[in-house]
Amino acid sequence: MTLLHENTEPQAPVRQRQAATRRRKPLRSRAYKTFRVVALITVVLFLIAPLFWMLLASFKTNVDIYDAGKSFLFTPTGENYANVLQRNNYFVFIFNSFWVAFVSTALSLVLGVPAAYAMSRFTMHRSALVVLMARVIPGVSLLVPWYYVFSNLKMVGGFEVLILSHMFVALPLIVYIMMSYFDSLPLELEESAQVDGLTPIGAFRRITLPLSVAGMATAGILSFIFSWNNFMFALVLSGSKTKTLPVAIFDFVSYASIDWGGLMAAATVVTIPIMIIALFTQKYIVSGMTAGATKG
Amino acid sequence: MSVLTPSRTSGRTANAQENFSAWANRHRKWLFAAPAMIFVGVLIIFPLAWTLYLSLTDSQGSVRAASDFVGLENYLTVLTDTERFWPAVGRTMSFTLVALACEIILGMAIALLLWRPFRGEKWVRVAILLPLVATPVAVGMMWRLIFDPNIGFANQLLGLLGIPPQPWLSGQDSALPTTIFMDVWQWTPMVVLILLAGLTALSDEPDEAARMDGATALQRFFYVTLPLMMPTVIVAILLRGIDALKTFDILYATKGKGGGSFHEVETLNVYAYGLSFDYNQYGLSSAVLILFFMIIIGSMWLLTMRKKAASK
Repeated sequence: MTLLHENTEPQAPVRQRQAATRRRKPLRSRAYKTFRVVALITVVLFLIAPLFWMLLASFKTNVDIYDAGKSFLFTPTGENYANVLQRNNYFVFIFNSFWVAFVSTALSLVLGVPAAYAMSRFTMHRSALVVLMARVIPGVSLLVPWYYVFSNLKMVGGFEVLILSHMFVALPLIVYIMMSYFDSLPLELEESAQVDGLTPIGAFRRITLPLSVAGMATAGILSFIFSWNNFMFALVLSGSKTKTLPVAIFDFVSYASIDWGGLMAAATVVTIPIMIIALFTQKYIVSGMTAGATKG
Repeated sequence: MSVLTPSRTSGRTANAQENFSAWANRHRKWLFAAPAMIFVGVLIIFPLAWTLYLSLTDSQGSVRAASDFVGLENYLTVLTDTERFWPAVGRTMSFTLVALACEIILGMAIALLLWRPFRGEKWVRVAILLPLVATPVAVGMMWRLIFDPNIGFANQLLGLLGIPPQPWLSGQDSALPTTIFMDVWQWTPMVVLILLAGLTALSDEPDEAARMDGATALQRFFYVTLPLMMPTVIVAILLRGIDALKTFDILYATKGKGGGSFHEVETLNVYAYGLSFDYNQYGLSSAVLILFFMIIIGSMWLLTMRKKAASK
C-alpha cells in the first residue's frame, strides 16, 4: 500500500497539467480523434474489402458475377467449391502444399536452430551472411542450374526437389529469426547450468531449447506460410503429381475463358487455411516479421 | 569433461562415447553451424557458378544440348538490347521505387495512427495481418477480377463517382501502376508492423521534452520521431526493397508470360524467367540474371552504408 501511495504522489501534478492542456484545446483534440477513427476505418476497409469481394464472388454463379446489379444481393451457391474440390482434384493439391510446407519447415528447423544458436553465441556474423545471402539472390538464377541437375537425376516432379527448394527459402528465414531470438536470451542460464555439470551441448538441449519454444514457433509458422505461398519454385520443379496450390490456381487461367466463380473459389481455398493459422498465431507472426528490425 | 561426469560403466564403448561427447562439445561451434551453411552453400555457390558459366555460352533449347563458349557476347547483346532489357530495367526500377515510396509513407502514417492504444485495436491488427499472409498468386487472381474492365468492382466504384471506366491491367500504360497498387495493398502491412515495432521501442522522453518546449505535432514528428526512427525505416526499406526488386508472383499471375502482350509489366525477374523457362535461352537469361544480381547487391550495399551513417 505504501508503495502504491508513493507512486501516485509525484504523478498528481502531471495529471493536472494534462487536464489543463486538454481544457485549453478541446476542439483540436476532438477533431483529431474523429480524424483518427475515420482514417482507421478507411485503412481497414481498404485492406479487407478486396478479400471480401473475392469471398463473395466465390459464392456467385458466373451469370451473377457478370451482373453489376447483383454485386451484394444474390443467391449464394456452393457449386464453385464443389467443382473446384471434386472435379479439379484440389484435395490432392491441398495435401501436396501441406506436405511440402510441413516437411521443409521441419527439416529447416532441425538445420537452422543449431546454426542460429552457434552464430548468435559465437557472433559468427560473416557465416550468418552466407546463409542470409539466400534471401537476396533472385530465385530464377538458381532455378536454371537446379533444373538442369535435378532433371538429369530424374528428380524433377518428385517431392524431394520441391522440399529442398522450399527449404532454401525457409532456412535463411529461420536462421534470421532465431539469431535475433538467441541474442535476446540471457547467457547466465546456460552458464549456471554448465557450472552445475551439464556439457555445453547438454545445456543447449535441456536449458536453451526449451526456453526457445516461442522463437521456434515464430520461425516455424512464418516458414510454413512462406512455403505454402511459394509459387516460382513449384512452377518449375513440380510435376503433375506434386503440384502445389499456387500452381494449380495459375493453371486455372490458362484455359480460353476464365471461370471466374471457380477461380475465386480456388483462390479462397488457398488463402483461407493460411489466414486461419494467421489469426490464431497473430502474436508469433508479428514478432517474426519484426525480428531484428529495432536493433539498429 | 570426464572429470565433471564420472562414468558408471567402464569399457571401450563408454570411453568412445565420452571421447565423442568431449570432441562434439569442443567443436560445437562448427558442428552446429556447418550443416546449414553447407546446405545453403551447395545450393547457392554451385548454381551461381553455373549461371556465370552459362552466361558465357550460347546454351539454349535443352539444358542437355551442347553449347559453345562465346565469351562476353551475351552481355553485349543484353546491354545493347533497347527493346526488352533496358525497358525491363526501367520497369523494375520504377516498380520498386514507386511501390517502396508508397509503402513507406503509407506505412509510417498507419503506424502513427496505431501507435497509441485505442479501442478495437485488435480488429485493426487482424485486418493488417490478412493481406500479408494471403498467397500472392491468389491475390493476383483476386485483383484480376476486381480490375476487370467489364465486370470488375473497381470500375463499378468509379461509375458511382461518375468517373469513366479505366482499362486497369489491360491498358498498356495503366498495367504497371495497377500492379504497383496491388503490391502496395499486400506489403504496406509489413512496413506498418516493422515501423510500429520501432515506434513502440522509442523512449517517450524526447517527444515529451519537445512537447514541453511547445513543438507542434508535425514539428515533433519531423524533428524528433523521424530522425530517431531512421534506422528502423532503413531496415524496412531494405527488407521490402529486396522483395520488391524480385517481385514475380503477382506480375506473372496477372499478366502471364512476358509480362503481357506488350511486355507492359515485364520486370527483370519476369524477363529472366521467360528467357529461361518459356523460351529456353539459357545463355542470354544467365547474363540478364548476373546483371540483375549485381543491381540487387549494389542497391543493398548503398542502403547498408546509409544505415550505418544513420545509426551514428
